[in-house]
Amino acid sequence: MSEQTDRRGRIRPAPENFLSRAQIAEVSAGRRDFLRKAMLAASAGVAAPAALAASGDPAILEKQVWGATLGKPVASDAYGLPSKHEANLVRRESPGLASVGGASVAFTPLQGLFGIITPSGLHFERHHQGWQDVDPAKHRLMINGLVKTPKVYTMDDLLRFPSVSRIHFLECGANSAMEWANTAVPTVQYTHGMLSCSEWTGVPLKVLLDDCGIDLKKAKFIYAEGADGSHQNRTIPLEWALDDVIVAYGQNGEMLRPQQGYPLRLVVPGAQGVSWIKYLRRIEVGDQRWNTKDETLHYADLMPDGSTRQYTSVQEAKSVITSPSGGQVMLDRGMHTISGLAWSGRGKIKRVDVSTDGGRNWQTASLGSLVLDKALTRFQLPWQWDGGPAVLQSRAVDETGYVQPQMRQLREVRGTRSVYHNNAIQSWKVTETGEVFNVQIA
Amino acid sequence: MSRSLDRAMRSAVLVLAMLPVVAMALGRAATPEEIKAWDIDVRPDFTGLPAGSGTVAEGEVLWEAKCASCHGSFGESNSVFAPLVGGVTRKDLETGRSATLASDAPTRTALSMSPTVSTLWDYINRAMPWNAPQSLSTNEVYAAVAYLLNLSDIVPADFTLDQNSIREVQKRMPNRNGMVLFPGLWNRKGKSDVIATACMKDCAKSIAISSALPEHARNAHGNLALQSREWGPVRGANTEVAAGTGATAPIKLAAKQASTAAAARKLAEGGGCLGCHGLNAGIVGPGMSQVAAKYRGDAAAAAKLAAKIRAGGAGVWGEIAMPPQRGPSDEELKALVDWILSGAASE
Ligand code: HEC
Ligand code: HEC
Repeated sequence: MSEQTDRRGRIRPAPENFLSRAQIAEVSAGRRDFLRKAMLAASAGVAAPAALAASGDPAILEKQVWGATLGKPVASDAYGLPSKHEANLVRRESPGLASVGGASVAFTPLQGLFGIITPSGLHFERHHQGWQDVDPAKHRLMINGLVKTPKVYTMDDLLRFPSVSRIHFLECGANSAMEWANTAVPTVQYTHGMLSCSEWTGVPLKVLLDDCGIDLKKAKFIYAEGADGSHQNRTIPLEWALDDVIVAYGQNGEMLRPQQGYPLRLVVPGAQGVSWIKYLRRIEVGDQRWNTKDETLHYADLMPDGSTRQYTSVQEAKSVITSPSGGQVMLDRGMHTISGLAWSGRGKIKRVDVSTDGGRNWQTASLGSLVLDKALTRFQLPWQWDGGPAVLQSRAVDETGYVQPQMRQLREVRGTRSVYHNNAIQSWKVTETGEVFNVQIA
Repeated sequence: MSRSLDRAMRSAVLVLAMLPVVAMALGRAATPEEIKAWDIDVRPDFTGLPAGSGTVAEGEVLWEAKCASCHGSFGESNSVFAPLVGGVTRKDLETGRSATLASDAPTRTALSMSPTVSTLWDYINRAMPWNAPQSLSTNEVYAAVAYLLNLSDIVPADFTLDQNSIREVQKRMPNRNGMVLFPGLWNRKGKSDVIATACMKDCAKSIAISSALPEHARNAHGNLALQSREWGPVRGANTEVAAGTGATAPIKLAAKQASTAAAARKLAEGGGCLGCHGLNAGIVGPGMSQVAAKYRGDAAAAAKLAAKIRAGGAGVWGEIAMPPQRGPSDEELKALVDWILSGAASE
């Protein structure tokens, strides 16, 4: 290990740049002595392992408080929260994107997550009229329109049906929207963070439609509507509704979070988030599309000829490297693992390729053990970073054979003003100092 | 066996093949009154549109009272949300295509985008005003829509919109021919219009970077060092210092600012301030950053504003009064004012 420090190009970031929250607090409280020690430890642990060669690592040689004292009792943290050391990984707004918090978005910190499940508390938020905490005892689901018997279900009724649990991604149609014309935001949290994946539990919509006696001869579309102030509403093709749509109350083993539509929301696998109506109060069966506000004024894609594509619901195959990614610094050369996420609204991910030279040459990454239908899929590729400049990219291929396009290819067909459905290959530039930047490749 | 029981059983077999087959009839029939109360949607063919009427003149009065604070007197404001009005020409009313949408800098407004007048009626009826949804009467919704239509010259100033005249209006909607249905993204079996191939070797001759964030925007999202895990082989970059310099110290300051700003923002949210004040733009009261700009360099501002917030009052920003704010403690009020005066950063 020790000879590594002499290598040319080795990254030695000043340890002060990487003080922890706790250390910063100590410094602010005036404990300079602590800072000196912390810096010694940091430079020892991070930048100069040779410095401690004689005696060894203080993390081993010195007693730690957690090993020398009594820990906290059970239930002292009755609803368990993440370690205080993880406090940086929270949902964040992109400054200037929206002027009011009730019609805005808070992005998921993808840069720090593992595997394919998004912790419920980090699931991105997108509200049009704020979020509500609906009383489940007063929540009702009505199904009307082209059915034999229009019906009302209480939450109690819905929990009596047999349920299904499925893992699906949920991506806003406007994910990566800010990047259509040029790079606009620094990190994967802001470029791709309107993305999450959960295990959803509920009743297949088909069971409820059958229970009401849907008129399959006349029915062509389903309309879903929320109970909150926005009374958000969308049209869904009947074929899709009868296939795998779920009227869901469960998210990752517990009830839905209020920000995700507690106590009831629609799950429309493969569709953009706006179709997954939150606080679901009504389903109507009909024979015409509804042209609701969020399928005409928004969530409709402007094409170069000035026409607008309506009802663009499917999220096409996409992938992104989450580590290392924009706004991060790699501390050292040598072995790293490139890790990221891939997903497709049309089915399973078949393959993910990774390039470290800006798309000149590609290698196939390995996929995690869970490769599920319309779910996030984790990919990884070990990488020896030689300390030179690099441009990292990933490219997803789904089971239909669809290949994730380059930004240039998307623009050639859809221009730069479409807002929605940007599933381009993402590029991260790595510089010799180890810093990673969001860039676009011509 | 009844037919519905039979149907329920068949679906049970289809969908839940692994579960024992039972009849699943649950819930109860909805009453006509219940359906009437909730079935509010209005389709493009006007199915669901209740009878009623409203004039442009009535709409103007209503607009000033209930809509202008957020959307501007002429629907032109972009301080809370994108403008509702603008980008429509007389020619568009004839062609049914908003020409602006094909230009390099399209003016996207509710009126220039919407192909159907039903969409505006349905949306205002279900969701507006934003802070008091479904508080308008049917006639008020007609009046609001009439006023919006008049602002884009779709109807004359003496127009009365009702369940019949709305059909004539539809024939003049500026973007009525502007929408297409692209099957490729409507249905999961649809085919994409962007076809790429998965080349593996020597795929590009040269690689040029066409876009990157400018150095001055480095810290625009707050210090990225505080947005990644604090340990591990990759960390967040300290964006308070120039790229690649590895310089020291400022992170200490940033962390402190970030945590007090986050706490103040929580107070503002929890205390209901942000219902009336946007971070940047005004809602009912001024935007927080507008307040900061107004009092920049004014040493007496902090004390003055704390007292004003506590007591409420009008006249500085307009005629609407801020109600007295009794929620925050003195200490919290001080934190709120400091935060507002420092620009009300969201991090
Ligand atoms: C307190 C602020 C506020 C008030 C008051 C208000 N609105 Fe809105 N309005 C908004 C916001 C915010 C949105 C965007 C909601 C979203 O993101 O879906 C909006 C959206 C709209 C839209 C759709 C625009 C689009 O492009 O999607 C229309 C039409 C509209 N409002 C009409 C009205 C009318 C009519 C009134 C008065 C009766 C009114 N608004 C009062 C804040 C307000
Ligand atoms: C019901 C709406 C409403 C709420 C809630 C509200 N404000 Fe205001 N606020 C206003 C209005 C309206 C004004 C403009 C008053 C004026 O013109 O003098 C204002 C003005 C202000 C000003 C500028 C005062 C000046 O004289 O320049 C500050 C600062 C302010 N508010 C802070 C707050 C804080 C902090 C809260 C929460 C504790 C809050 N407001 C809650 C409506 C509100």
